[in-house]
Amino acid sequence: MSTTADSGVLVVTRHPQPGRSLARAALDTALATAAFDQPVTLLFLGAGVLQLLPQQDSASVGVRNLRKVIDSMPLYDLEHYYVDAEAAEHFGLTAEDLPSGAMLVDRDAQRSLFDNHQHILGF
Amino acid sequence: MPLNYCLLVLAAPVSGHTSLTAARFGAALLARGHTLERVFFLDNGASNGLASAVTPQDERSPQQAWSELANTHGTELVLCVSSAVKRGLLDAAEAQRHGFPSATVYPGFTLGGLGLLVEAMQSADRVITFGAAG
Repeated sequence: MSTTADSGVLVVTRHPQPGRSLARAALDTALATAAFDQPVTLLFLGAGVLQLLPQQDSASVGVRNLRKVIDSMPLYDLEHYYVDAEAAEHFGLTAEDLPSGAMLVDRDAQRSLFDNHQHILGF
Repeated sequence: MPLNYCLLVLAAPVSGHTSLTAARFGAALLARGHTLERVFFLDNGASNGLASAVTPQDERSPQQAWSELANTHGTELVLCVSSAVKRGLLDAAEAQRHGFPSATVYPGFTLGGLGLLVEAMQSADRVITFGAAG
């Protein structure tokens, strides 16, 4: 992984949506950081990978569709983000389910991400 | 070496003792000569600034614990504006805008955008998240 110790903020998102608002707060924080031209990396960890499920329809529960927000991230120059490979497999998410910006990372690569960022925000 | 800290609080004061732990952590680092310029309250954490919350007499009020830091050390206590208004925390301007009779934010807290968290992270040596439980 080519990140260095100065590579800014790592936002770690560990909870699915809907059910709690934390997932949305994590995405908003990542997008705001990118909007201010600050380096930011997003990691979907554990049950957080469920945010990436395709064809989400949250209209009947009355909250915003998070996958739509995730799909809009390239507009904020957040082209790529990291996804816990083991969790994706555990929850049955295949490569076809994931958005094109998703990059699967194993435990070692996750550890490098934690090592190589100046600040870590855990959501 | 004195360090500049920034705290991100995601936990609501009523959901456990995380918020009080965070306030104690802030007081402890200030007591050791570090600086704490800003605390950012996001998501459920925004309800730490609710003025009309009543804490039982034998418990410590998170609102008071935080505002002590603001009064004594000038720490800025910023509630994420979108998290806050959703939860009924309004400053005078937001109360007027949404047609409510008065502000509901505890003295010492202000409302602000996520840009204030981004700015604080840029100048901070350490950013500590006090997360939601579970």
